[in-house]
Amino acid sequence: MPVNRVKFYQTGSYAVGNRLLDPRSRAVQSDPARTNAITTGHRACQGCGEALGARYVLDAAMRATGGKLVTVNATGCLEVFSTPFPESSWRVAWLHSLFGNAPAVATGVAAALRAQGREDIRVIGQGGDGGTVDIGFGCLSGMFERDDDVLFVCYDNQAYMNTGVQRSGATPPAARTATTDAVGPAPGNAFGQGKDAPRIAMAHGIPYVATATVADPRDLEYKVERAMSFRGARYLHVLVPCPLGWGSAARDTVRLARLATQCGLFPVYEAERGDVVAATPIRAAVPVTEYLRPQRRFAHLFRPELRTDVIGRIQAIADANIARYGLLEAGHD
Amino acid sequence: MTEQIEGSKAVARAVAACRPRVVCAYPISPQTHIVESLSTLVRTGVLPGCEFVNVESEFAAMSVAIGASATGARAYTATASQGLLFMAEALFNAAGLGLPIVMTVANRALGAPINIWNDHSDAMSQRDSGWIQLYAESNQAATDLHVQAFRLAEEMSLPVMVCMDGFVLTHACEPVEVPTVEQVGGYLPAFVPRQRLDPDAPVTIGAMVGPEAFTEVRYLAHRTHLDALSRIPALGEEFARGFGRPGMSLLAPYQADAETVVVALGSILGTLKDTVDGLCADGVSVGVLGLTAYRPFPGAALCAALRGARRVVVLDRALAPGVGGVVAADVDTALRGTRTPRYDVVAGLGGRPVTRASLDAMLRAAARDALDPVTFLDLDTDLLAGAAGHG
Amino acid sequence: MYSVRIHGRGGQGVVTAAELLSVAAHAGGRYAQAFPSFGSERTGAPVMAFCRVDDRPIRLREPVLTPDALVVQDPTLLRAPGVFTGLAPDGSVVVNAAVARERLPLPPAVAALDREHLVVLPATALALSHIGRPVPNVALLGALAALTGLVPFEAMAAAIRERFPGKVAEGNVAAAHAAFDLVRQALPAGAGRERSDD
Repeated sequence: MPVNRVKFYQTGSYAVGNRLLDPRSRAVQSDPARTNAITTGHRACQGCGEALGARYVLDAAMRATGGKLVTVNATGCLEVFSTPFPESSWRVAWLHSLFGNAPAVATGVAAALRAQGREDIRVIGQGGDGGTVDIGFGCLSGMFERDDDVLFVCYDNQAYMNTGVQRSGATPPAARTATTDAVGPAPGNAFGQGKDAPRIAMAHGIPYVATATVADPRDLEYKVERAMSFRGARYLHVLVPCPLGWGSAARDTVRLARLATQCGLFPVYEAERGDVVAATPIRAAVPVTEYLRPQRRFAHLFRPELRTDVIGRIQAIADANIARYGLLEAGHD
Repeated sequence: MTEQIEGSKAVARAVAACRPRVVCAYPISPQTHIVESLSTLVRTGVLPGCEFVNVESEFAAMSVAIGASATGARAYTATASQGLLFMAEALFNAAGLGLPIVMTVANRALGAPINIWNDHSDAMSQRDSGWIQLYAESNQAATDLHVQAFRLAEEMSLPVMVCMDGFVLTHACEPVEVPTVEQVGGYLPAFVPRQRLDPDAPVTIGAMVGPEAFTEVRYLAHRTHLDALSRIPALGEEFARGFGRPGMSLLAPYQADAETVVVALGSILGTLKDTVDGLCADGVSVGVLGLTAYRPFPGAALCAALRGARRVVVLDRALAPGVGGVVAADVDTALRGTRTPRYDVVAGLGGRPVTRASLDAMLRAAARDALDPVTFLDLDTDLLAGAAGHG
Repeated sequence: MYSVRIHGRGGQGVVTAAELLSVAAHAGGRYAQAFPSFGSERTGAPVMAFCRVDDRPIRLREPVLTPDALVVQDPTLLRAPGVFTGLAPDGSVVVNAAVARERLPLPPAVAALDREHLVVLPATALALSHIGRPVPNVALLGALAALTGLVPFEAMAAAIRERFPGKVAEGNVAAAHAAFDLVRQALPAGAGRERSDD
């Protein structure tokens, strides 16, 4: 019987490498004793990037804080699919108040803990892109400005998925949503100025800002852990593909998240006190079409005719990101 | 010992004596002096162990209070007018979550037209938010109501709004006996939340509830409010025993066994009492029935108190356009089945002074049953004629 | 019930004056109520404040419509509408002006008041010399106390010291005292003071 040698080539999710690493270096998700912050039985769609992202983030945060964690959740898919009364998927202390106030509620939790002398307990606020970059943005900015001891995590799936895929301030240009239909002379979402939430967070000068995706759980876990090493306001922006809203296959969630980073449309980096300190390099930049083509929300760019003009503008955005963060330069870790 | 003190400062000191752990504030006239005073009390250590959070909006103020209360901290904020509307979504949320937040509403009109002066439009607009609403007649009452509000809130696991007339009370300097920390300590026990965010015993708070249980959840909220109807006077009596002055009650009658009884709430009660004294001296039988609790609405007690009245005048400091007064509708519900004529007087909107002379004339007309069903007190017909000319 | 209406401009300490008066009255064992003519007035805009003093608790909350005493903190307000409206027939008036009463644009009824009921004094100048700031409110209170005897001077001084820190308090007390003396000396013997002993 011929020996089939397996070559462990560490790439992407590092998933294969987990059990070969020493226990301390292993991913939180490889630990059978992990919290499972969102446990099984919730009602997320197949391939939900947000469910994946939230579990990675909260399990990592639970490990980083020794289980001393309170979570505040904005209204949205994550809240709805996890807590259909009388059931709950949450195995952490968890509060849902409203759509637009999660950062302020998290501030209130942090203030109470401080007043009670329980600053050993840490606070995470979390929401989707709607709750973060749109309706909750005022509260988020206030929380940043005061430097409240809260890590706010945005699970960005680039539209209002909970209500049926309407456009949000995080919806990329040309994407089809229920309110930016792929009809008319300029199908899909308009090319606006965009709202780069991580950079706006950085402009507040808060201790820590990072971006990540569900394609690289070890990087995501590292950033949660790193965020928890700071006191004050921190922000983590996680790209979480949504099969329903993006019109993609459930199995492609992780692949699409990876392609988003490899084409340059979603740069992955860390910033401290307003300055970028590290960016995840792209080994080989892929054209944006690789990322766009598997998603039905961009199908109108390929059929009935190839919209090279629109694709060109999207490619230009990706190229600008690559240049801005030096994603193709050597020497970055 | 009474002090000659501004209402806002007295309230701030009473709140501080209740030892809140989190106070959050966004400035709006005429609430500002309250939160300014609290900020100083925290910074000078008079109110120790308290986080004072300057937030970016009223929506955030209520949200911070929600987070703090859910974490087991006694939480307080104050607002008025547009600010109350801006936190409306969070008000319903705080009530639904059963969080015993206490908030001062320095009552002020709602725009447009923008108007910073006193009426009850703001609090009345939130009458169905699930908050208990208590109205202060004087600054002594406003001060004492805050202490009782924390006790009531925490006992019922419900948020309580203490409504005090903006400027008329908040900016008035009058004698007040401010409760001390020691006095309050004997009345208000440490806050023991019904449930709280605790990593050692994690709970899910704020789950989604569907059609199969939502009605039951709302029914329970209704029942809790009805329970508060008996707790308000009981806690008021306990307050009176501890503090040596009257505590809260559902109703505040003043010569209310008269032929004509005026139902009103807030600081206008004082001017009404002076007016009624003058009328009685002239042989006109008029009395006053003050409402301290507006939510829950003490309908049965009100109906009983008005049993002997030949007519009832409801003096509303807010307007439901197309209807008339707001409180009048509640009084109608309470008087269901009786034949007592009820007059609706809308007065003092947007800070229009309600004078003794105007009240006197209106009540004399009421006593003759010569009042329109809905009367706007001191309506300036010249101004209306001018407006009509421009229409 | 004795009621006072104070007219001035934003920044002249009109509200403070009404409050100080009420604090002084309260210290003397009487019931008092002070409140401003609520508004969003900026510095320089005409403002009013009210004070009521009585021997029993005060319930009335309407603005002071028929004042027993009027204080006009700024002479440019003398022509303003409504300043003298409702003044009781035997009411008292204190005006801050650096000129004699004859040269002021007073309504006839006010101009006809005798010197036991109308006093004009340079309160801004007194404030400048004693406090170093052109804030005439406290000096005018001193004059009001001397003219009407509504509150004893010592109660007024105590209220000032309670309100302001050290040096500012002493400057204000000195300004009030100077005004008090100025008015007392101008009064016929026995006038004014008696009422403080009511």
